[in-house]
Amino acid sequence: MEELIIIGGGVAGMTASIYASRYQIKHLLFGEVPGGQGTLAGTVENYPGYLAIPGPELMQKLIEQAKKYGVEIKQEKVGALAKIDGGFEVKTEKAPYQTKTLILAMGASFRSLNIPGEDKFIGKGVSYCTNCDIPLFKEKIVAIVGGGDSAVTSALHAAEFAQKVFIIHRRKEYRAEPAWVEKMRQTGKIEEVLANEVKEIKGTEKVVSLVLKNPYQNKQELAVDGVFIEIGQVPISSLVKPLGVALNDSGYIKVSPEMATNVPGVFAAGDIAAIQGGLLFRQFITAAADGARAAASVYQCFHQGAIPAPSWGQKS
Amino acid sequence: MVLTLTDQNFEKEVIKAKRPVLVDFWASWCGPCQMAGPVIEALAEEHQDKIKVGKLNVDKSPKMALKYGVMSIPTVIIFNQGKEVKKQIGFPGKEAYQKLIEEVI
Repeated sequence: MEELIIIGGGVAGMTASIYASRYQIKHLLFGEVPGGQGTLAGTVENYPGYLAIPGPELMQKLIEQAKKYGVEIKQEKVGALAKIDGGFEVKTEKAPYQTKTLILAMGASFRSLNIPGEDKFIGKGVSYCTNCDIPLFKEKIVAIVGGGDSAVTSALHAAEFAQKVFIIHRRKEYRAEPAWVEKMRQTGKIEEVLANEVKEIKGTEKVVSLVLKNPYQNKQELAVDGVFIEIGQVPISSLVKPLGVALNDSGYIKVSPEMATNVPGVFAAGDIAAIQGGLLFRQFITAAADGARAAASVYQCFHQGAIPAPSWGQKS
Repeated sequence: MVLTLTDQNFEKEVIKAKRPVLVDFWASWCGPCQMAGPVIEALAEEHQDKIKVGKLNVDKSPKMALKYGVMSIPTVIIFNQGKEVKKQIGFPGKEAYQKLIEEVI
């Protein structure tokens, strides 16, 4: 039986592993896609120590750092979690694994619009990652859906490649930082379709048009080659129900400031966790901090609440 | 070994190949492609007797990317006897690629 299993290979999971290794907690890390959402980020400009670093590069460094301390990263999909005597069981396609404690760091995935045509055209004009796919739309017409920071910055990024960019937002006001909105308007290349919604995505082999809720310039349909859906994320918490872990109304795992869930021995960190009383903050640095705290809490679990004494500099 | 595929050699190396060919459509600016790269290389090594593996840079060879409708990368397409038989959009992890290959060979 392991002392700890970390589920999730993003910033939170990798940081938890670095700390767990240094606390000499015997553990495994399950990450189907090492790097998690961090690999989808463009340039990261707010991670201390780096003026600017591409998301994938930062994740690669983090993975290397975790591996350096000896963690075994299992690229296996976790299919089920269960409570067992004296701990928990993690079942993957390959085998069941037993552990005394768990850190849940599965993160979040892109929120979808749930409209006709959306699933059908994924990869054929529908994308949830503007950063990843927009360069394939050089000189094309694209629409960005959403009104938050990710939507507005995506529209800015899209304007560098596409011939024309629409931003479609269901409200009149953006949730994005005013500075981004200002920058977007200054480009003169982005057409704003406000207080409107996409009801359907139409196409043949690939996306051809969007059906709008309200007519725009007297037309119900907007001709586009691509549509980028940037409307936030949903926590990947469906696996945790059998553990009896409490979720909030939006499906995030409720945790204390120590990253403890309501189930003893189960901790959560990163985008899947909602610190009670705190802001839902979705950053590289908050995920890293969550991971470190969760590992420290696991240490305390095994040492009757003693303050962790890491072996800094002992291993190489 | 991973072949470098281009608009020019695609016909010869992929379409006319006798064995199945796995093609990784990628670009230098794509984060998930950077994660997928080493996995593709490992799979090429592990299955070298059964399947040919190649990488096609969509910036350098846009014609083939367009022809096979690649609008999101990484996209992995497995060709057999000149025909597209499997397609995986996005980086799903090594296991999923493994499965894709096993279904073809």
